[in-house]
Amino acid sequence: MGDLTLSAVTKSFGSTQVIKGVDLTVNDGEFCVFVGPSGCGKSTLLRIIAGLEDATSGTISIDGKDVTLLPPARREIAMVFQSYALYPHLTVRDNMGLALKQAGDSKGDIAQAVDRAAAMLSLEQLLDRRPSELSGGQRQRVAIGRAIVRTPKLFLFDEPLSNLDAALRVATRIEIARLHRELSATMIYVTHDQVEAMTLADRIVVLRAGQIEQVGAPMELYNNPANTFVAGFIGSPQMNFLKSELLGLRSDTMGIRPEHMAISRESGQIVGTVSHVEKLGGETLVYVNTADHGLLTVRLFGEHDFSVEESVHLTPDSQRAFHFDAGGQRLR
Amino acid sequence: MAQARSHLGRTIAAHAVLITYTLIALFPVFVIVINSMKSRKAIFAEPLALPRSDTFDLIGFTTVLQQGDFFLYFLNSLIVTVASLFFVLLFGAMAAFALSEYRFKGNTLMGLYLALGIMIPIRLGTVAILQMMVAAGLVNTLTALILVYTAQGLPLAVFILSEFMKQVSDDLKNAGRIDGLSEYRIFFTLVLPLVRPAMATVAVFSMIPIWNDLWFPLILAPSEATKTITLGSQVFIGQFVTNWNAVLAALSLAILPVLVLYLVFSRQLIRGITAGAVK
Repeated sequence: MGDLTLSAVTKSFGSTQVIKGVDLTVNDGEFCVFVGPSGCGKSTLLRIIAGLEDATSGTISIDGKDVTLLPPARREIAMVFQSYALYPHLTVRDNMGLALKQAGDSKGDIAQAVDRAAAMLSLEQLLDRRPSELSGGQRQRVAIGRAIVRTPKLFLFDEPLSNLDAALRVATRIEIARLHRELSATMIYVTHDQVEAMTLADRIVVLRAGQIEQVGAPMELYNNPANTFVAGFIGSPQMNFLKSELLGLRSDTMGIRPEHMAISRESGQIVGTVSHVEKLGGETLVYVNTADHGLLTVRLFGEHDFSVEESVHLTPDSQRAFHFDAGGQRLR
Repeated sequence: MAQARSHLGRTIAAHAVLITYTLIALFPVFVIVINSMKSRKAIFAEPLALPRSDTFDLIGFTTVLQQGDFFLYFLNSLIVTVASLFFVLLFGAMAAFALSEYRFKGNTLMGLYLALGIMIPIRLGTVAILQMMVAAGLVNTLTALILVYTAQGLPLAVFILSEFMKQVSDDLKNAGRIDGLSEYRIFFTLVLPLVRPAMATVAVFSMIPIWNDLWFPLILAPSEATKTITLGSQVFIGQFVTNWNAVLAALSLAILPVLVLYLVFSRQLIRGITAGAVK
């Protein structure tokens, strides 16, 4: 139970259209991540699914039922917000139980549901505290717990990790992945961080300027991007884009990931000078300034010594290259 | 070292200015209170002297408490002030919530219209208000005063509160909506507690002009049963003879309740004024 279908959903604020006709089906039990740069409409789309914004046109159905005109509380969804949005005047227990109380469940049922969710997230010790007495990570766990208590058809996450520090972000990310496995619930997750998208998603929806650019499993997007935008957005560090004609190719642009480029001091296809080196221990990133293609990134595994201003030669692995036309669409 | 000294110097200067201002502001109150406890002769002989054993006299207070229906006036003032404040805060906060929370056509225009009253004194409309009250049969009722003071307090309340309501997290309100809270529950249980400092600020700014007003009680409700304290004190001011003991005693007593209300709100008030300044 819990698939989601969006058909021809648009949203305008005044004369600006921010969602330009989105069609999407999310299957039951799927972890779907909306990813895109800021202002691409991903959060607005999530709010439309939640019912916090009305769609200007189009329909939304959850579990086969048209919910386009239903208020948020009756859509059987739960949402986790970036700023946690815990009720400051209620204890953790009451925060988690409020939705059930509103729905008219009995005290015993509520207590049972809260205890079950608290056990899943190890929140038992915190149940009688108020949100102001919790740390950021604990608050976000409570917010996730509040969502679980409702046993919704659809979990919505609006950039839930953005306010956490790096270590906590990784820990909470793993926790969310674990919850998804345990609950096997449908989850929709909005983020601008492509690492979160790659690590959590069953399927990623890449959005740009209110439109879906590509939908697919993480490795599918990585290995088979539809256009330069997706190719550049997925994968870190970013893909290099080279001018094909200078390499004697027919396409307009050639994309090559930093890990698929060889670097040599002696010979190679492209000449450049090292402008910066980042050593991360497990890998080394070399930024090379070239006359024809601008700044290119090379990713090497292990430790390598290159000095700034050193002259180097780069050779893209043509087997792993992607070719795009002048409009940015992939040539296959 | 030099920096620390100049810092200290600055602190002293700032305090000196503030203490001077406090003295100037409190001086009339001080004169009223000390003279209310002196005999009539002593008031005129040495208006600035403290009451001594030979000049100490509570005749003013006894006159006030015996003559005229002082407790009734007191009660009238209290009813009018508290009821007006309640409605100003309730309707002001509701209007502010609607203006800051919902997108609708003419939102900005409506906000400006509601704030217009800050610039236009309500007394300009006295004649029309009196006609309306006569037509509605509300002359010489406390209801008339409550209605007028509510109207008088609303513009500032809407203006201040809508600014504060915009700062309340959208996520919090949305979380409430998803959990099935009605818009009224969201307003009363989530938003109002978070703008409490702003409410206190509005309460203090609205309360004092209402309590001190002489104009509208005199025009709309001058009957014996509906007199407020400021109007009631006027009985001691005659055309030829003024009972200064009684006037000063009545004024001293009139300070008390407003002082109590102020103390109730002031803790919140300080937070309200400094909110947003430090963040």
